Amino acid sequence: MEDSHIIKINGLVKKFPMGKSEFTALKGIDLTFTQGEFAGLVGPSGSGKTTMLNIIGSLDVPSTGEVTVLGHSIGSLNAKEAALLRKESMGFIFQSYNLFGVHTVFENIEFPLLLLKYPAAKRKTMVMEALEWLGLTDKIKSKPPQLSGGECQRVAIARAMVKRPSLVLADEPTANLDAANSHNILKSMEKLNRELKTTFLFATHDEKVISYLRRKISLNDGMVVNEETIAN
Amino acid sequence: MKLAFKLAYRNLIGAGLRTWLNVIVLSFSFLIIIWMKGIITGWDHQAKVDMTNWEIGEGQYWQKDYDPYDPFTFSDSHAPIPQEFSEEIKSGDMTATLVAPGTIYPQGRLQSVMIRGMDPHQSVFLLPTRKLDTVIGDAIPSVIGSGMAKNLDVAAGDRVMIQWRDADGTFDASEIYITDIFSANVASVDQGQIFLSLDTLEAMLGLNNEATILTYTNSETTRPEVEGWVHKTKADLTSQVDELIKVKSKGSSFLYIILIMLAMLAIFDTQVLSIFRRQKEIGTYVALGYTRRQVVGLFTVEGTMYAVLAALLSAAYGIPFLAWQAHVGWTMPMDVSEFGMAIAQTLYPVYSAGLVAGTVLIITIVTALVSYWPSRRIAKMNPTEALRGKIQ
Repeated sequence: MEDSHIIKINGLVKKFPMGKSEFTALKGIDLTFTQGEFAGLVGPSGSGKTTMLNIIGSLDVPSTGEVTVLGHSIGSLNAKEAALLRKESMGFIFQSYNLFGVHTVFENIEFPLLLLKYPAAKRKTMVMEALEWLGLTDKIKSKPPQLSGGECQRVAIARAMVKRPSLVLADEPTANLDAANSHNILKSMEKLNRELKTTFLFATHDEKVISYLRRKISLNDGMVVNEETIAN
Repeated sequence: MKLAFKLAYRNLIGAGLRTWLNVIVLSFSFLIIIWMKGIITGWDHQAKVDMTNWEIGEGQYWQKDYDPYDPFTFSDSHAPIPQEFSEEIKSGDMTATLVAPGTIYPQGRLQSVMIRGMDPHQSVFLLPTRKLDTVIGDAIPSVIGSGMAKNLDVAAGDRVMIQWRDADGTFDASEIYITDIFSANVASVDQGQIFLSLDTLEAMLGLNNEATILTYTNSETTRPEVEGWVHKTKADLTSQVDELIKVKSKGSSFLYIILIMLAMLAIFDTQVLSIFRRQKEIGTYVALGYTRRQVVGLFTVEGTMYAVLAALLSAAYGIPFLAWQAHVGWTMPMDVSEFGMAIAQTLYPVYSAGLVAGTVLIITIVTALVSYWPSRRIAKMNPTEALRGKIQ
């Protein structure tokens, strides 16, 4: 059972300097996540969701405590090692999509594979597969400014999923979408989670997202206040 | 690195007009610098060719007292032609010039001139000295340059009075008849110069088989030192042109620097703006697996690629333009005949592979440095803040 833990968090504290004092965003978090989870950090703005997601995503480091992701201690990774971990094993989905505006849909999705130096033929196959998962095959040559919000987020999901990462971190993925698009996106992610056994970890306060989660970790003021697992 | 080039290329092409404005400005810099350097190289080349053909041959011997910048030396700067050169003179590989000061009186005016006596059958210079091998009654046949003719307001077929002093210091005067007017780019064989037959001038001065300057055409043989004569190599004789070109090159470098600075300012500005406008993109690169140093590299490559694209664009419209210019030349907007230096009215630029490669290399290196400078800021960015576009 212990081996299937892909994220282990022990006594995580994160402090940010604020003028001459410090602001504590996370106050001693202890959590574990196993492979294939569809889990979410839920809570109001300022509760520490995004901070925790950033630390798990090796974009930030803990002030104290231990965060181990896929066997790597985040606090002890150097910039190169952290970049390698993100490149090989993680996918990111952002609230405002963060697509490259001057690249086509194909090029946006292909990007993580370019970083992994996959050969062109393999890249093409994998991108086409990702486009099919998300129903974007007709948008292959479009550029993000030509797409709707829902389509942009589907491209972002395809970009996060194309390399088949072990872990996908999604920060408020539906915040800029209407209800119909939000449900479409979430269904797509749920389907990928079930089919590919990819672990999804959300940071959200959107009820639509929360309704899809199989594990809810409620944060408030930097602390876990509730944890709920929904069996299905 | 290959990936950085690929991404940089995509980003630049995707950025559209913003990219092309920078590229066009930079390509103008490329073209103007190459063209101007080509003009100066062409001028240098043309000046030396013209000087060789009209004035200095492949080198000269000067009578030891001769100083072209001191007219008071002209009366005494002559000596018998050394015996060791007689074969060379006979074969036509060397020619003697006798120089004497004189005065010309066109339409009642007075003007100092240098009278040059030359063998009418010489083939060392392009001067039309064969036109001196004629008899015009009581007048002395002479040829002059077009600048001199304009200055004196005379034409071919005109007669003008000249005065000179012979070797004993006695003044004498005679009419000259202008048999021909030549056109040369070398001011020192035109302005203030009158060419007569060497035999005639020797007779006028009361000298026999004497010369002031001996000019040779064969540069391959080792030249002997001759007593009473100063050997001047071609390099010695063209050193002033070299100096002039050097000064001119330095002067034009100022313009190149302004041109490059304008182009660099545009690139620097674009880079600074990019770093602020593309914070989310920078954060996304980091999130997807780039290190911040790699992002700095990407932005630097992106900036440097302006120079690469500019070089390609310059090649597209610049090669035909430069080739056309090399063919038709650049005609100076003003009359250059009185500049006092070997300069043609139309200059033909000369380009070398070194000039083009050097210009491209220098601009590319400068562009890379200018691109790197603002990009270093990325290395200090917090990726989580960059992702949210919160950096001020």
